[in-house]
Amino acid sequence: MKRLLSVVAMASMLVCLVAGCGSASSNKNSEAVAGKTIDAKSTMKPIAKDDLKIGVIHITDPAEGAGYTYTHDLGIQKMQKELGLKDSQIIRKNNVADTDPAKIETAMRDCIDEGCNVIFATSFGFMDICEKLAKEFPDVYFSHGTGYKSNGNNFNNYFGRIYQARYLSGLAAGLQTKTNKIGYVAAMDSTNSEVTGGIDAFAMGVNKVNPEAKVYVKVTGSWFNPEGETQAAQALIDSGCDVIAQHCDTSGPQTAAEKAGVYGVGYNSDMSKDAPKAVICSVMWDWGVYYTSAVKSIMEGTWDGSNYYAGMKEGLVTLTELASFANPKAKEEIEAAKKQILDGSFNVFDGEIETNDGKKIGEAGKTLSDADITGKINWYFKNVEVK
Amino acid sequence: MDMLIKFFVAAVVAATPILFGTLGEIMNERVGHLNLGVEGMMSMGACAGFMVGYVSDNLFLALVAAFLAGAIGALLYAFLTVTLMANQNVVGLTLTIFGVAIANFVGYYMISRSATKSLKLPEGITASLEAVHIPGLSDIPVIGPLFFQYNVFVYIGVVIAILMALYFYKTKTGLNIRAIGENPGAADAAGIKVTKWKYINIVIGGGITGIGGAFTAMITAGGVWISDCVGGLGWIAVALVIFASWKPINAIWGSLIFGIFRILKYYVPKTVPIPIAIYDMLPFLVTAIVLVANSIRQRKDNAQPASCGVNYFREER
Repeated sequence: MKRLLSVVAMASMLVCLVAGCGSASSNKNSEAVAGKTIDAKSTMKPIAKDDLKIGVIHITDPAEGAGYTYTHDLGIQKMQKELGLKDSQIIRKNNVADTDPAKIETAMRDCIDEGCNVIFATSFGFMDICEKLAKEFPDVYFSHGTGYKSNGNNFNNYFGRIYQARYLSGLAAGLQTKTNKIGYVAAMDSTNSEVTGGIDAFAMGVNKVNPEAKVYVKVTGSWFNPEGETQAAQALIDSGCDVIAQHCDTSGPQTAAEKAGVYGVGYNSDMSKDAPKAVICSVMWDWGVYYTSAVKSIMEGTWDGSNYYAGMKEGLVTLTELASFANPKAKEEIEAAKKQILDGSFNVFDGEIETNDGKKIGEAGKTLSDADITGKINWYFKNVEVK
Repeated sequence: MDMLIKFFVAAVVAATPILFGTLGEIMNERVGHLNLGVEGMMSMGACAGFMVGYVSDNLFLALVAAFLAGAIGALLYAFLTVTLMANQNVVGLTLTIFGVAIANFVGYYMISRSATKSLKLPEGITASLEAVHIPGLSDIPVIGPLFFQYNVFVYIGVVIAILMALYFYKTKTGLNIRAIGENPGAADAAGIKVTKWKYINIVIGGGITGIGGAFTAMITAGGVWISDCVGGLGWIAVALVIFASWKPINAIWGSLIFGIFRILKYYVPKTVPIPIAIYDMLPFLVTAIVLVANSIRQRKDNAQPASCGVNYFREER
C-alpha cells in the first residue's frame, strides 16, 4: 500500500512538473493548464520583454522625412527607447503599398517567419490582411492603425481624434488670413471620412474666428505625392490663398507656401523645421503614446484586445507651439478651445452642422458618434469649396 | 490673364525634370539603347545633387555631383549592355530599382544623422535656386513673367536641348551616331567606332538625366529631402521620348505639354466634372495616340532608331 501511494505521489509530481514546464516554456498550450484567464475579453498571454519581437508594416519609407510613415516610425523609436528594447527586436517592412494584398501578406508573413509576435500595421489598406492572419496566427498580436475592424482578442485597431487639433489649427489659420482664402491640400476626396472630417473640423475652426473666410480644397488622389502636393499648393496660392493647410504626407505644400511668402499649417510632424518662415503651427501625431502603452500592456498582460481611440487628452494628438508671426489673438482662442476639448465640454462635431450643399448634419444638443466620425463624414462644412 | 500666366509658369516647372529625363533618354536611344533606368538615374542624381548642395551650399557643385551620379549609373548600364551585352530591358529595370533604393538609403542615413531629423538646403543655395531676374527682359509685361523669370534649371534644360539638336543634325559626329542607332553593323563597316560612341552617348545621357533628378529634389520637393522624390517622372520621360519622336527640340514643347497635363487637374475649376484619374492618364493616352499616328503615317524620321533595344555583337554581323 505504502509503495502504491509513493508511486502515485511520484506520478502526480511528475505530471505537475511537466505541466509546469509546459506553461513556462510555451505560450501555445497554456490555456488548458492555466485554466480561466483573469481577463474575459482577450485570451492572449503576456510576452516577456526579451521574447518580444515587433514587426512594423510601413506604407512608405520612414526616410521620407516629414510625413505619415516618418511620424509612425518616430513613435516606434520612442516606444523602443522607453521600454528599452533592442534593435534586433524590431523589424520594419517599408514601402508596402496598401493597395497590394499580396505584398502586404508577404510582408506580414515574413515578419512572423522571423519570429515576430507583435505586428503593427500602420495604413488603412492593411486591415483585411490583418484580420485574415489574426485568425491563422492566434498567438500573434495584430494592431492596425486607422481602420475599423478588430476581433477583440489578438487583433485591435488604433486611431486618434486628429480633428481636435485640426479645429485648433483652423482657429490660427482663420485669424492669419488677409485674403480670406485658405487653401487645403487633401490626399483623398469626400469618400474618405478621415480626410473629410479633418477638413470640416479645420473649416469649423476657421469659421469660429473668421466667418468671412472660405476654405478651398484641392485633392491629389494619393497619400504620398511629392510633386502633386507642391503643385496643388501652388495652384491654391495662385488663386489667392494665403494660408495653406494640408492632409498629405510631404512638406511640399509648406515649402511652396514659404517660397511664395504665404503661411501654412503643417501636418503629421512639426513642419516648421522644413518651412520655418511659413508654418504657423503643425497638427501632430505622437504615435509613441500608443505604441508604448500597447507594448507595455502586452508585456504586463493587461492587453484586453479593445480598440484604441485617443485624442489630445491622452497626448496622442497635439498642436505645436504657434510661430512668432502668428496672429497674437490666436493663442488666446486656441487655449480657450483646447481647455473645452480637454474638459469634454466641446467635441468639435457638436450640435447641428450646416454643410456646403445646404444640408443639416447632427442634432442640436448632441454630438456625432465616434463611428460616424471615423466612417461617415462625406460632407463638407458650409465654408468649404472643393476645386 | 494673370491666372493663365501663373498656369503656364507652373506648367514649365512641372515640365523641367521631364525634359531632362527625356533628353537623356534620347541620347541613349539614338545609339540604339533603350535605357529603362531613367527613374533610377534621376534618383541617383537627385540624391547626389541634394546631398552635395546640402553640405557645400554651392549650386554649381550640386549640379556637377548630380551629373556625375547619373553618369555613373549610366556607365554601369553601358558596361553591362554594350560590353557584356546583357539584356537592355532587364539591366534598365535593375538600374531603376538600384538607383531609387540607394537614393533612399543615403537619404535615410543623412536624415538620421541630422540634428533636426530633417534635411533642408542651406540659405545660399536656396537663394541661387530662385527665379533669375534679367534686367529689362524680366520686366516686360506678359513676356517677362512667361519666359524670363525661371530658375536656372529651366534655361539649362532648353540650352541642352538646342545643343543636342545641333549635335545630332548639324555635326558629322551626330550623323555617325544616328547611323549607329539605325544600323550599327553598317556604321561599324563605315569605320565608325560603335562601342566608343555608345559609351559616350549613354554616359552623357545619364548625366543629363541626373540633373533632372536634382531638380525634383531641390525644387519640386521645396528644398527638403523627401525619399522617392522622383516619384515616377522617369517613366513619364520614357513615354515622352516616343511623344517627341526621338528629337530633342520636340522634347521641349513635348515636356511642356506633359507638364500642363500634370498640373491641369489643380487648375481646372471643379465645375468641370472630370475625375482626377482621367488627368493622371492623359500623358499616356496622348503617347498612345502619337504612336498610332506615327505608325499610320510611317515617316522614317519620326520612327524609333531601328537598332533600339538590340545589342550589337560584332562577330554576328
